[in-house]
Amino acid sequence: MYAVRQWSVRHARGLNAFYSAFESLLVALDPLFRRIGYERLDRPMARMEKLTKGLLFDCRMCGQCILSSTGMSCPMNCPKNLRNGPCGGVRTNGHCEVRPEMKCVWVEAFDGAQRIPGGLERLRTVQVAVDRRLTGKSAWLRVVRQRAGDLA
Amino acid sequence: MKFEDEPVPGYPLPILPGHTSPGRFERVLRAGQFAVTTELDPPDSADPEDVYRRARVFDGFVDAINATDGSGANCHMSSMAVCALLTRLGYAPVMQISCRDKNRIAIQGDILGGAAMGVCNVLCLTGDGVQAGDHPQALPVFDLDCMTLLETARTLRDEHRFLSGRKITCAPRVLLGAAENPFTQPIAWRAQRLAKKVAAGAQFIQTQWCYDVPMLRTFMQEVEQLGLLDKVFILVGVGPLRSAKSAEWIRTHVPGVHIPDAVIARLAGATDPAAEGRRLCIDLIQEIRTIKGVQGVHVMAFRQEHTVAEIIDRSGVLDGRVPWYPGRDPQTNSSRMAS
Repeated sequence: MYAVRQWSVRHARGLNAFYSAFESLLVALDPLFRRIGYERLDRPMARMEKLTKGLLFDCRMCGQCILSSTGMSCPMNCPKNLRNGPCGGVRTNGHCEVRPEMKCVWVEAFDGAQRIPGGLERLRTVQVAVDRRLTGKSAWLRVVRQRAGDLA
Repeated sequence: MKFEDEPVPGYPLPILPGHTSPGRFERVLRAGQFAVTTELDPPDSADPEDVYRRARVFDGFVDAINATDGSGANCHMSSMAVCALLTRLGYAPVMQISCRDKNRIAIQGDILGGAAMGVCNVLCLTGDGVQAGDHPQALPVFDLDCMTLLETARTLRDEHRFLSGRKITCAPRVLLGAAENPFTQPIAWRAQRLAKKVAAGAQFIQTQWCYDVPMLRTFMQEVEQLGLLDKVFILVGVGPLRSAKSAEWIRTHVPGVHIPDAVIARLAGATDPAAEGRRLCIDLIQEIRTIKGVQGVHVMAFRQEHTVAEIIDRSGVLDGRVPWYPGRDPQTNSSRMAS
């Protein structure tokens, strides 16, 4: 929902802090996840992510979440799927070229990033091309597996 | 300025030390010359002569010609084909690639193909949304964004491999460019974004139309503070406005174009608005030229391409230099063709 998404950007700092804590919790659960099996967990976890991130960020389930590097404004809501900053078509009022009724997700990201400690620094990271195979998969489990050294 | 080995159409120039492409455009930039580029409006036709005719109007006044890739999301002859035709005559085209219509498989193929056809310059763009053009019902691809496109092109060129990791036997020797718009939101972040593009591989930048020099100055100061001036060549976009009415239309209908009220007032007060538009463009070029770090102008004179030569000539930015064009040095060409 657009209004909730904007709320999330305004509360980027708190949400980011919660996210970091939540991530550590999930990483701690790695042995348990491993016993159950990551493959088996992927669908229920993805469903949960769709519910929560869908509500908070209008998540598009790209499966490779970079919210904390984009000021808690989901870049997949950009009609051009830009994950590395705004295009040149942003309107004078900061709204989207393609969908004029919507504020540019990157204007939002710039706003949100300033609320997160080190957020602007992370905004400068060049994000790699999206892996379209991960669409619909759990981004959280992927992060856990990466952090736990399970995935390269 | 003349290079002793100016091109013979169809024959590649050698790559000079420290250069990434064999192109004349890179030579002009690295020689510290004030460069002039322009944009060719690709024809809605399959006739090569339509391309040549549109290129000829720039003869002697531009260092490189951008071939747009479905600009404004309108359908025209492809950028790659326009470039291939231009290189046949020895012109130095800038092949624009937009992420809107092609995925990473098609794009990488085009970079290799373009380079094989003699393209030495590639401009990596995100592209306008399909809603802006004549096929709003089309699927917008946007598999890559301009940043990952730059990285992809650099990977092909410098690491001699596709994104998949598969090796390529002969890397495309191209100069990589990107666009930037210092005149739109989020303004405070535009210079940072340029830094990101440079980090992703951009070697030259062509900006959106500039009608607000103070704003450009601020931007260039930020760019300097970020230490980018010796890492990237910046060409500022300029263009003649036809009348106050068309300027007003552009600023309300073309997203990302910023035209101050003073500019519109100047055109509205003129007896010959089109001539005043060209005069304004010349004034802007002369002012922009003095800004530290600006290494050229990119003249975008959509549907007024015939005015580019006059504008550049009267602005005096070439300092008497005559950029190469087919037929400039008939003797050199024929003697080298014979040898």
